[in-house]
Amino acid sequence: MKNPLKLFKGRHLTMGIPYLWLLMFFALPFAIVLKLSFSTAAIAIPPYEPTFNYVDEALNIFVNLGNYLLLLQDSMYYMAYLTSLKMAFVATLGCLILGFPMAYAIARAPARMQAVLLLLVMLPSWTSFLIRVYAWMGILSNNGLINNALTWLGVISEPIQMLNTNFAVYIGIIYAYLPFMILPLYATLVKLDLSLIEAASDLGSSSINTFWKITLPLSMGGVIAGSMLVFIPAVGEFVIPELLGGPDSLMIGKVLWQEFFNNRDWPVASSLAIVMLALLIIPITLFHRYQSRSMESEV
Amino acid sequence: MKNLSFSKVMLWVGLIFLYAPMLILVIYSFNDSKLVTVWGGFSPKWYGELFQDQQILNAVWTSLRIAFYSSTMAVIIGTMAAFVMTRFRRSWAKLTLSNMITAPLVMPEVITGLSLLLLFVQMSETFGWPTERGMFTVWIAHSTFCAAYVAVVVSSRLREVDLSIEEAAMDLGATRLKTFFLITVPMIAPSLIAGWLLSFSLSLDDLVIASFTSGPGSTTLPMVVFSSVRLGVSPKINALATIIILAVSLVAFLSWYLARRAEKKAKAAME
Repeated sequence: MKNPLKLFKGRHLTMGIPYLWLLMFFALPFAIVLKLSFSTAAIAIPPYEPTFNYVDEALNIFVNLGNYLLLLQDSMYYMAYLTSLKMAFVATLGCLILGFPMAYAIARAPARMQAVLLLLVMLPSWTSFLIRVYAWMGILSNNGLINNALTWLGVISEPIQMLNTNFAVYIGIIYAYLPFMILPLYATLVKLDLSLIEAASDLGSSSINTFWKITLPLSMGGVIAGSMLVFIPAVGEFVIPELLGGPDSLMIGKVLWQEFFNNRDWPVASSLAIVMLALLIIPITLFHRYQSRSMESEV
Repeated sequence: MKNLSFSKVMLWVGLIFLYAPMLILVIYSFNDSKLVTVWGGFSPKWYGELFQDQQILNAVWTSLRIAFYSSTMAVIIGTMAAFVMTRFRRSWAKLTLSNMITAPLVMPEVITGLSLLLLFVQMSETFGWPTERGMFTVWIAHSTFCAAYVAVVVSSRLREVDLSIEEAAMDLGATRLKTFFLITVPMIAPSLIAGWLLSFSLSLDDLVIASFTSGPGSTTLPMVVFSSVRLGVSPKINALATIIILAVSLVAFLSWYLARRAEKKAKAAME
């Protein structure tokens, strides 16, 4: 309080530096993607027509809705969106079914064990994502571990095609994102008031009934947060469908990558990104609402 | 009781599911056979071949440098943002900042990568800079998304710090800056280190954003791994994967340990 001017400056610097950085490298890039999505592809460097032009003392703005029309007309694109949403949804459900009991068991473990179990769950997500997806290639391939084992046991005579199918993509997504489901679930389950569950069973409720009527409704915040943490990145996933998926697991992240790097059609890639973002707005808002609420409740 | 045992079984099933693929990878990295799926006896020869691959070694060096610079910048930006999020009065500017900083946590990577690349292209069109993409542009991209994680880690620690100690220092005549470096930084140091280590491993691991923002001279390790993995499973990559798993687990374990020790210290101080 000694030097008000200095304090004032310090506060503005603390706010100003990250603010400018994010404005420059987070907000502005999205504005550019939006702008480019209305542009036309061209054989040039960079490969698109300018959107703004200043000719004869007049500012010309070219808005080309063609990219968005293309997304509507070409069934490949909306099939890719549908496939992505469907696969992300099923994989999220898979993570929930496996992750919920795991989070529950951790939350009920002795306090000293909880930290260790959480570390065990989180550790794989910190080791390389790419490597963990790659590990499944060796397990699922036609002469891979599972097929070899099944053949050796005499269960099958011909290898089952697992790699390059949707099944492999589901395994990959569940495997890679499971820890992100467990963490928020654990955070809500650990705060759950156990006396409510005891009361329910004292009053004669079966354990399944107690789960549906008490445990699940009370942990809904964690269920939503975990599901969104899996669903959102899974929709835009590129690495997993590229390495584990087949030609029919055409997810939108992979299509965007191909449009950008292989076809070099930057405007179409941009409009693909804009539509993907529009589809994800509801899940992203849901997640943000949960996050800000849980941050406020901590204070 | 029945419910409890079911969840315990699922916990073990889940943990086996998480660790078995990595364990198999580690075992097969010592496979003498050139065929990845046929066991041909124990041999560390693929490790030897790995250390003679100049392309991989260059990529490792590039990745390490980028990760070092990115995590340092991410800690600076993320800590400042965390201060704004926890200490500043509710305002329009604070709200937009906290929304912007946490957004990269959930943004699909292809969108972040694409948008940053388009920014760099637009910048070089407009001001002629950066003339070409390389380590510098990857550094900017990685600093931005890692700052999000640092902000979350540091802000949760800042909420627990006792403000009265800082107030006492300032009452005794320390300037705001001096108070920050002599009082606040030591108190939040473990979370700063944990945030730095987390950023370091995130940056080392990133493939998608780096692919969009890097140029000819800045191929990172995940990019090299990805292009060779696309061709199929190879024993040399198994060896590389084993080293990556060990190194990153070590870093991750260290950051977790530091964060936990800090928590314990804080609890002990409060009692």
